[in-house]
Amino acid sequence: MATVFKKPHALRDVPLHYCPGCTHGIVHRLISEVIDELGIEGSTIGVSPVGCTYNNYLYFNCDMVQASHGRAPAVATGIRRALPDKTVFTYQGDGDLAAIGTAEIVHAATRGEKITTIFVNNAIYGMTSGQMAPTTLLNQVTTTTPYGRKADLHGFPIHVCEMLATLEGTAFIERVSLHDIKNINNAKKAIKKAFEVQLAGKGFSIVEILSTCPSNWGLNPLEAMKWLQENMLPVYQLGNFKGKDLEV
Amino acid sequence: MMHQEIIIAGFGGQGILSAGRLLAYAGMLEKKNVSWLPSYGPEIRGGTANCHVIISEDTIGSPILNSATTLIVMNKPSLEKFENLVVSGGIIISDSSLIDKKSERKDITTYEIPATKMASDMGNTTYANIILLGKLIAKTGVISVESFEQGLKKVLPQKYHHMIPEEIKALEMGMNY
Amino acid sequence: MGEKLLMKGNEVIAEAAIRAGCRHYFGYPITPQTEVAHYMAKRMPKIGGVFLQAESEVAAINMVYGAACTGVRVMTSSSSPGISLKQEGISYIAGAELPAVIVNIMRAGPGLGGILPAQGDYFQAVKGGGHGDFKMLVLAPCSVQELYELTVEAFNLADKYRIGTMILGDGTLGQMMEAVEFKDEENIVHYEKNWATNGTNMERDHNIITSIDTNPEILESWNLRLQDKYKQITENEVRVEEYNCDGADLIVAAYGSVARIVKNVIKMAQKEGIKVGLIRPITLWPFPVNSFEKYAEVTKAFLTVEMSAGQMVEDVRLAVNGKAPVSFYGRTGGIIPTQQEILDKIKSILNR
Repeated sequence: MATVFKKPHALRDVPLHYCPGCTHGIVHRLISEVIDELGIEGSTIGVSPVGCTYNNYLYFNCDMVQASHGRAPAVATGIRRALPDKTVFTYQGDGDLAAIGTAEIVHAATRGEKITTIFVNNAIYGMTSGQMAPTTLLNQVTTTTPYGRKADLHGFPIHVCEMLATLEGTAFIERVSLHDIKNINNAKKAIKKAFEVQLAGKGFSIVEILSTCPSNWGLNPLEAMKWLQENMLPVYQLGNFKGKDLEV
Repeated sequence: MMHQEIIIAGFGGQGILSAGRLLAYAGMLEKKNVSWLPSYGPEIRGGTANCHVIISEDTIGSPILNSATTLIVMNKPSLEKFENLVVSGGIIISDSSLIDKKSERKDITTYEIPATKMASDMGNTTYANIILLGKLIAKTGVISVESFEQGLKKVLPQKYHHMIPEEIKALEMGMNY
Repeated sequence: MGEKLLMKGNEVIAEAAIRAGCRHYFGYPITPQTEVAHYMAKRMPKIGGVFLQAESEVAAINMVYGAACTGVRVMTSSSSPGISLKQEGISYIAGAELPAVIVNIMRAGPGLGGILPAQGDYFQAVKGGGHGDFKMLVLAPCSVQELYELTVEAFNLADKYRIGTMILGDGTLGQMMEAVEFKDEENIVHYEKNWATNGTNMERDHNIITSIDTNPEILESWNLRLQDKYKQITENEVRVEEYNCDGADLIVAAYGSVARIVKNVIKMAQKEGIKVGLIRPITLWPFPVNSFEKYAEVTKAFLTVEMSAGQMVEDVRLAVNGKAPVSFYGRTGGIIPTQQEILDKIKSILNR
């Protein structure tokens, strides 16, 4: 009998704790498929963030380290410098990476640390229940912007890929989305390329993944996908910002 | 028991700290207990600099000096700041080409040496600190010239070893002034 | 033993770490400890090690955390304000039970304070400066030679107990030069690190290093395990110097460079017919309670001298437990107490 669907080896066979319709599960699966395909599970160390995925170390079969809020790139730097032959990735949300951890991500990137960052952007803080994120859209309602995010009060959404692309240490930067199958497939390609860039020793790689948070957006999963498409895509342009043609 | 507490003070860039280090190194080579403590801060050049050096046959307690048996000064503010720390019967050695003032204390011995002028005549003002050290060695016997030379060889990078004969000449000029 | 070298305290810390097998250093410049970084920057590339100047103290301690996860010997150094910034990471290191060596060459505070020597971070070091119930093993050297020996030992202790170990010195100690004699061979104790996250190699289940568990029963059991470890350390790792204490009229408690000043005071006092002793805690945590208990029975008075407004004195009072009066003398702001000041204080306590 032909196997048409199976769980990737790098993903452990345990129930995930995420809310129904949350896209973190998809991201976990894509990373695990890539780890399987590259055959690097035994030589990979992942770094979990603070946020909804704080304990995703339970879900990956590779060695895992939990980092304090925003510091995953620094922790990953320590690991990668100590283990120059291994593969290291960080998994970070928009609050972790683009607010409290801004300095760490910028400097890991500009040093060209040979690490891969999976950056999940759902425009809101999930774990602490729906506060404004640095990537929250203008006019978006959150628990700390109950009247909508206003530029003059709260500033503008931060564009991480565009910002990091200005740094010489970055080798591969791409923004993808999970709102349909085609885009999910593109996301996997980008994640794979990001890991390959690290394996080839080319420098820092990051994939920003536009994701949904149905619970905190107050939408059902389908509406959330639609909201992402209609509201996030115009603000966060999909595509490659660096390293598209990099030989790996 | 030999126990010398030496404060060397002047402007940053005059070789204040390195003079102290040379002294301490030579003392260590003579199997004496030594300590060297610099003033430290943001000013690397031009600011005030001083160091505390202890060379002793006894174990050294604190490396911080609240009094000195000998004070070497290379600028006027340092003389004014530290002259009262010199113990009765102690020594002040000052660079008289840079300091136009004399210590008014009567219970100590002062030596005024135009060290910077003498060093300049030798063709290199950076020897001024060594000239002053020469007087210290002559008057206290805290270390020997031989140890000083050995210390120089240890402390100076190889590429500066050609300067050692001149340094010793400067030291002897100070000793004989 | 090799030949004697004249070296700066800060440089000796770095050299000692390298001799102890540390090949990973992450730091951020701050006076008066920066020479540690200079030395590491020069040496590490030549011996296949890693020196990395982080973007901040916060990043540096998290790099230490990451490197420690892989099982390598790793160190960071800083000075008071920088150590405050590292406290979150130090708490995580405690929670995740990682071995790491953290050097604090203290300067005056609070706030940006000043760059001159102080001992105002005692509470932060021994009571756990970060959040949660944790301890660091805290070593307080008083000479350049001891900086060397205790730094090497700090790595062994960190590995043995999987604990953050701090070298607590002050600006005087970091900046001064003294003779140091390195051993031909260091006592490096190797501990099995099967907990390290260095890749499963598909040969074992994955290792996880974390400091979080949202189940209170499990988290309490972690805490109890930590407390058990701290108890073991308290029983086995106390280090102290008792100097001139037998039959002393008064015993001074002091650590680090202040203890050196007190040794001079003891000589001065002797000339005036006053017998002064010194208890110098070498481990500030665990604190040498027994030494104080022992002498509290027979000594009339204690005096704690610190370059702070009075921190270690609280531990001395706890240890003396009311059996003798404990006085305090301290200077702050970067001012070092003089021998005369301390002697005057002793005389006033003894009514001499």
